[in-house]
Amino acid sequence: MTTLDDIIGRSQHQSWFSRIRNLQVFWVLAAAILACLALTLLTDTFASERNLFNVARNFAFVAIIAIGMTAVIASGGIDLSVGSSVVLSAMVISVAMASGLPFWFSALLALGAVLLVGLLNGVLIAYAGMPAFVVTLGTLSATRSLAMVLSDNKMIWQFGPDHDILLWVGGGSTFGLPHPLYVLTMLTIVMSLAFKWTRWGQHLFAIGSNENAAVLTGIPVKRLKVSIYMFSAFTAGLAGILMAGWLGSVTTSLGQAMELTVIAAAVIGGANLAGGEGTALGAVVGALLIEVIRNSLILLGISTFWQGMFIGTFIIVAVAFDRFRNFRT
Amino acid sequence: MSRLVISGLSKNFGAIQALSDVSLSIEPGEVLGLMGDNGAGKSTLVKIIAGNFRPSAGEIRIDGKEVHFHKPIDAQREGIEMVYQDLALADNLSAASNVFLGREPMRSLGPLKYIDYKRMNTVSAELFKLLKSETRPRDQVRKMSGGQRQAVAIARTLLSEPKIVIMDEPTAAISVRQVAEVLDLIRRLRDRGISVILISHRMPDIFSVSDRIAVLRRGELVSRKAAANSSPEEVTGLITGAIDAA
Repeated sequence: MTTLDDIIGRSQHQSWFSRIRNLQVFWVLAAAILACLALTLLTDTFASERNLFNVARNFAFVAIIAIGMTAVIASGGIDLSVGSSVVLSAMVISVAMASGLPFWFSALLALGAVLLVGLLNGVLIAYAGMPAFVVTLGTLSATRSLAMVLSDNKMIWQFGPDHDILLWVGGGSTFGLPHPLYVLTMLTIVMSLAFKWTRWGQHLFAIGSNENAAVLTGIPVKRLKVSIYMFSAFTAGLAGILMAGWLGSVTTSLGQAMELTVIAAAVIGGANLAGGEGTALGAVVGALLIEVIRNSLILLGISTFWQGMFIGTFIIVAVAFDRFRNFRT
Repeated sequence: MSRLVISGLSKNFGAIQALSDVSLSIEPGEVLGLMGDNGAGKSTLVKIIAGNFRPSAGEIRIDGKEVHFHKPIDAQREGIEMVYQDLALADNLSAASNVFLGREPMRSLGPLKYIDYKRMNTVSAELFKLLKSETRPRDQVRKMSGGQRQAVAIARTLLSEPKIVIMDEPTAAISVRQVAEVLDLIRRLRDRGISVILISHRMPDIFSVSDRIAVLRRGELVSRKAAANSSPEEVTGLITGAIDAA
């Protein structure tokens, strides 16, 4: 006979596979791997070292910001200003370096500038209680404008005495892997741990699933929200510095509409716009899938006009998948 | 000695008198049913006790000591825990995470600190066992029944060995079987010597667990008597004003 204690004691640990199977990341990764395999068979160029290097580098920029975006989305918010933070960061570092400042100092200035944008977002959203969508829409416009003012809307392609360092940081490679990929790997590991094992991470998800509960349990919700928007801006700033080094020149159109790709990557990777869900790895896999689609269309000779169609379909399929999954349980 | 003594408590919001001169006491291990119509001042009263509002006049004593609460955390420190009507649970987190939300135990690994999930799960499992609830610490709250959710919210209050647990409408909007579960949970709190203040509109629930019943009408305490000496008819009359006072 089973007693009540037995029932209580019986844990419902599912098998390893059935747990994995329920994760959106798993299916998105499967789709990405499948696409890679198909492309390897269909084209000679996909599996070439050169192409894989490019894919790895290109997706890293979006993936880095998508991790920051996942934090924001999981907390129940949205950050539309990341694309503009990218250009602000790139512009600050290039203007500073062009004026003769060393790389490290200029990088700190760039990150400081975008952290201020994040601070502004966070304060307006958390303390003034304004909707995140509207606040970040405002800073999206204002921040890009600031970058234009700063550069007088000119292209900057000479970065002073530390010119080569910047190009090495963003465009170089070590052991055959592009540097942005190292940054992304570090960030993914650190943030995966932070989401799961720190109070900051745990409380972030609590805010996203029930903000009222978070307030009632004494979590410093407002301060935490500010830190989340600052983190998101930080990832955008990091990507901005790396992109400046990769491109070797910075124009004010850098990062335009990038926020949409970043949000798409986060959502495909399992971040829930209703809040409370999302993983760092998911954001990376989502960004990878988008880049593989983009790359495959080019390699297969399909008009690039079709890119939006494929990415759009994936966003909707990913969300539909999530709906069905929750419907079943 | 009484666990909680409230004397001459009044609260006004501008010109609106929400509570006037309410005096009340609760013994250890006693369940006090608090009844009254909407706007009678029940929520205002418990929110003052839980530190959400400050009273305009009057005093609160816990175990004979006068207390002044500025924030809910002050009341928590004195052993007063509140289970909110909407339960204040984060649906996407596990039961254990909800029990410990905002009070997560940490472990250190050199300079790094990380959440001690193992401890959270063991302690929560013990609390659920204590409450004789089938709730499992690792389950997501989203997938739980109303009764299990109540168990999570109540387990949270037990974490700090409370003296008084206040429950605001714990049996609203849940199934009959779950109501029975929640009433059992209340009895278990009582058996541990915890005083419970239960706000409810449901007469049968109040009468099945309360030792005493207090009735508020338009901010005034109109009755405070043993449940055994009262009846649902009398309480209904007191709430509506058909009976002046008892």
